[in-house]
Amino acid sequence: MSPKFVDTETYAEFRASVGEEFAAELVGTFLQEAPLMLSELKAADASQDPDGFRRAAHSIKSNAEIFGATALADIARHMETSGATTIEALERTLSQTETALRALIDA
Amino acid sequence: MRDAPGHLLVVDDNKVNRLLMSRSVEMLGHRVSVAENGRIAMDMLKSDSYDILLLDIEMPEMDGFEVLEALKADPGLRQLPVIVTSSVEGLDNIVRCIELGADDYIPKPVNKVLLGARVSASLERKRLQDEQKQMLNRFATPEVAEHLSASGFAIGGERRVATVLFCDIRDFTAISEFMTPEATIDLINTYYTLMFEAVSSQGGIISLMVGDGLMALFGAPNALENSAQAAVSAAREMLAMTAALNEERAAANDPPLQIGFGIATGEVVAGYTGTHHRATYTCIGKTVNLAARLEAHTKVAGCEILLDQATRARLTDNAYIREINDVRLKGFAEAINAFVL
Repeated sequence: MSPKFVDTETYAEFRASVGEEFAAELVGTFLQEAPLMLSELKAADASQDPDGFRRAAHSIKSNAEIFGATALADIARHMETSGATTIEALERTLSQTETALRALIDA
Repeated sequence: MRDAPGHLLVVDDNKVNRLLMSRSVEMLGHRVSVAENGRIAMDMLKSDSYDILLLDIEMPEMDGFEVLEALKADPGLRQLPVIVTSSVEGLDNIVRCIELGADDYIPKPVNKVLLGARVSASLERKRLQDEQKQMLNRFATPEVAEHLSASGFAIGGERRVATVLFCDIRDFTAISEFMTPEATIDLINTYYTLMFEAVSSQGGIISLMVGDGLMALFGAPNALENSAQAAVSAAREMLAMTAALNEERAAANDPPLQIGFGIATGEVVAGYTGTHHRATYTCIGKTVNLAARLEAHTKVAGCEILLDQATRARLTDNAYIREINDVRLKGFAEAINAFVL
């Protein structure tokens, strides 16, 4: 569990709020949805769709905040508000966040 | 404090968000439905009843701002409480939501305790509003009630032309002397129910009830095409219903109810009278006095309905009308012409 990618305290609060079983389910859903959100982001960038790009970045940010994935949230927020196309950086951060989250629900 | 469970609609294009919001709402003890975008949400709002809308902003097809505008434009949905739940960036976006009619804003990720407090507050507010509407509907038709609540129950008057109808039960005191208190109240309430029916169906409102006496208003606060005709039709309807009631009473060996009507048309001053804490909608003026005196005079003239000249002039139905000239009424210096239906 890496505090860099998932904030321990935020995650613990989240898990306590919805229950351990549901928390694990929701993480699972996020892990399923994340590749889709990433594709949407890439597609919007490729087709020069600023609104689609912003919405995709916004979705990733919004979900990241739920689990305390601050690094992912920060980069997604930056892309949402500035339109900066730092997709590779986001992809790396996302990958490491996924690893951290998997470790948390397997624990 | 636990509310009665409400039915909430969660609108969000993101699956994880929808699931999380649904979970929180269910844990708070309420029923939840979900919609993926604004368009689906609007369809669902029109086909089922919801107590609160939990609305995201960033959505494809129809975003939260567009939903708020659509709600405002729909008279059936205008009052629906909306809590915007969004991680939208920028204070001005939040301000825009409030200006578009959102009742509240909760930032994402939504804190369950905060959500619970806001949902409870919204449900309570809605419950009070519904109660108020119900009470209002007791005194007015739905259209009038809508008008009154839209105008904010403003204390104050306006001058307008309207038709005033007074009605009472002949010798009610004598009849009720031999009845139990319960039976008396029961009878009065039956009478009120019938009167309310007759008046409402013609677009009027019951303004005052004092014992067995009743005052109804046609053409205020909402204008009617022909307030005089409406009042006369209401009186006729009421007489017909009383006749039916009297058949039942005869079968039970009860004395028949006889009612008299006085109807006058003219300028009145109408508005909410009272204080901010306790008020009724009523009207005053010469026209009101005339209607009351005409009603009283029906006993003297031995008829059921007496109209003033102004009412007579506006009638469109071809009823047989007899004129009584030179009627002297208390409080009126000159004699007037009255008309008997």
